[in-house]
Amino acid sequence: MSQNHPTGWRRWVLSTNHKDIGTMYLISAVLGGLLGGVLSIIIRIQLADPGPGILNDNHQLYNTIITMHGLSMIFFMIMPALIGGFGNWFVPLMIGAPDMAFPRMNNVSLWLLFPAFILIIFAMIVGSGAGTGWTFYPPLSHIGQPNMAVDFMLLALHVAGASSLLGSINFIATILNMRTPGMTLHKMPLFVWSMLVTSFLILLAVPVLAGAITMLIMDRNFGTAFFVPSGGGDPVLFQHLFWFFGHPEVYIMILPGFGIISHVVSTFSRKPVFGYLPMVYAMVGIGFVGFIVWAHHMFTVGLDVRANAYFTAATMIIAVPTGIKIFSWLATMWGGSLTFPTPMLFAIGFIFVFTCGGLTGIVLSNQSLDVMLHDTYYVVAHFHYVLSLGALYSLFCGFYYWFGKMSGRQYPETWGKIHFWMTFIGTNMTFFPMHFLGLSGMPRRIPDYPDAFAPWNKIASYGSYLNGFGMLFFFYVVLYTLRKGKPVPNNPWDQSHPTLEWTVSSPPPFHTFETQPKID
Amino acid sequence: MPFRCFFTFFFFLVSISFLKGQPYPWQLGFQEAATPIMEQIHDVHNLVLKIIFGIGAFVAAVLVFIIYRFRRAKNPVPSKRTHNTALEIIWTLIPFFLLILIAVPSFKLMFYMDKTHDAALTVKVTGQQFLWNYAYADHDIDYDSHLVQDADLKPGQPRLLSVDEPLVVPINTNIRLLYTSTDVIHSWAVPAFGIKMDCVPGRLNENWVHVKREGLYYGQCSELCGANHGFMPITVKAVSPSEFKKWLDAKKNR
Repeated sequence: MSQNHPTGWRRWVLSTNHKDIGTMYLISAVLGGLLGGVLSIIIRIQLADPGPGILNDNHQLYNTIITMHGLSMIFFMIMPALIGGFGNWFVPLMIGAPDMAFPRMNNVSLWLLFPAFILIIFAMIVGSGAGTGWTFYPPLSHIGQPNMAVDFMLLALHVAGASSLLGSINFIATILNMRTPGMTLHKMPLFVWSMLVTSFLILLAVPVLAGAITMLIMDRNFGTAFFVPSGGGDPVLFQHLFWFFGHPEVYIMILPGFGIISHVVSTFSRKPVFGYLPMVYAMVGIGFVGFIVWAHHMFTVGLDVRANAYFTAATMIIAVPTGIKIFSWLATMWGGSLTFPTPMLFAIGFIFVFTCGGLTGIVLSNQSLDVMLHDTYYVVAHFHYVLSLGALYSLFCGFYYWFGKMSGRQYPETWGKIHFWMTFIGTNMTFFPMHFLGLSGMPRRIPDYPDAFAPWNKIASYGSYLNGFGMLFFFYVVLYTLRKGKPVPNNPWDQSHPTLEWTVSSPPPFHTFETQPKID
Repeated sequence: MPFRCFFTFFFFLVSISFLKGQPYPWQLGFQEAATPIMEQIHDVHNLVLKIIFGIGAFVAAVLVFIIYRFRRAKNPVPSKRTHNTALEIIWTLIPFFLLILIAVPSFKLMFYMDKTHDAALTVKVTGQQFLWNYAYADHDIDYDSHLVQDADLKPGQPRLLSVDEPLVVPINTNIRLLYTSTDVIHSWAVPAFGIKMDCVPGRLNENWVHVKREGLYYGQCSELCGANHGFMPITVKAVSPSEFKKWLDAKKNR
């Protein structure tokens, strides 16, 4: 069959090709990341010193900024990049499928992201903005924010949620039906497994969010009282619904990263993954337990002590499969023949920072300790260690690992390493001091703080500036590579048993696997 | 700059020795405990901290060792081993035991923190945008507590932590605290007491406090409640029971 494909705008806008759609997802993630990143730098400039700051005491604006930072990073950066971007690019390639199961649905799920993004921008600029935090708890998101910004935000999440749902259905159908003969589920690459588990989490969690959002929209606009106490509703009900979605959501963001890290660690150790089956079932286990721990986000709302006890115990259990993953990565490296190009640096960095984030998670899982730490900077440090360091490192890790495959051009190795060190130092400098701020009691989401918190905040701000320069440098590396990078062979990392994406050319032809590849 | 560093360091030393019940610059850990609950939180946290430091240091050390020992120059031929059942069982079970080690004191504390059955005083805390209302139901007292604006700060009053009328409580007394809100969700938190409880409209939450030392204790609203969320601090003034009685009388007669 020929490699004919539509040209010009038709190729992209009407695309049903998983590689083109993956590329567009990555580009949209860059847009979301730019928005979220710029907002994060504004936050750190505001918090660099106590006082009115750069926002000049406009506290509602500050709240809007933190809200939009969170939403854009989660829904428009991490998810599009890891799931839409790498998932679309590499799931079909890794399982030897010619494309996704529902190529047109793939197109819809991509293009739903853009109206959602526009709605989120509306939510930022309409009225005084949606200053509710990304968790938009009522009554604050109801009586506390009367203008339309919150409605725009909720609609944006509806649309983004529909986009993720369509995407996840597509992945499940693709992975379950379109594997090449011989690739049983237990021979599937771990990244594909991670996408399968992630897709099921999206499928089960996002509808609950959609329900909660719909109830909130009804409360706001049509006089219902799901969450209004004076009408017999309960604000805490919203939190249950939100976190029933919200906790699986954090695994939705990190599981694809787990898959990527396994591939990269195995490639650069020149060894197969240690304990493949435990790795698979650790992910399945994390996904399952992720659905029954939601109220650990609500340890201070006044749940019954027995409920708190249950959620403490259930949450602690997560440490076990997570530990299996960390130790298995270490064991994969053990006895290997290690080299350290940029993706491997990010993978090792990931293992370290994700361990740190996981360990503070153990502290937070204890309701008795969480009482001190809930809604303080300790929590901010914790979830940025697993997401802003963990998920982001895995994103960069996958990007450098596959950039040559996707673009056909190799990035300059030294520059990649410089980018790694800027990111590693910058992010740790930003977020490590936040543990101290949280322990000493600094609450989250405040635009100004008591003077005692000033020194650590200053250091965190310097770290985020370094990180900002790191990002600029990264964009430069990407643009340079696209223009002047060296051509890449099919299997640039010299794997002895490469996964299928390394058996096709770099970049892969428009249509791949027109005849099914063989798996031994 | 060196002078500023010195000054900060000096302030740091001064603050540890004199300022209890509020944070100080470069602070690394929890504030000093003023209640039995907080003392136990310190203990449990210290235990957990030792364990997670141990695990973290172990993982970091193994990583460094692997990077050194198994780099390509030193180990050109990779091993083929992908399973070791004994090892896999060990690294599943050890975390289990460590978790149980943490869970036992943690659960004890959780139930201890929950409620008190013999309270000598009940105070109702009501969160409002953007102030706290304190009500002593048994004594018919009820007043609002606002942030002291920067311009009105008296010497010694910490910025963004001081209020015009603090909550006054007697020391060495079991006090029941009830929490609610009239508008959005707020959260009443005083780190030195080991207390953080959400004030949810339509609900009444409960916990308790037993302050052991006289002094001023500071906290801040800990649930995003709107534009001035960062500007509704909490000050608690713990006084001796006799002084508390005097305060009650004076307050009633006003």
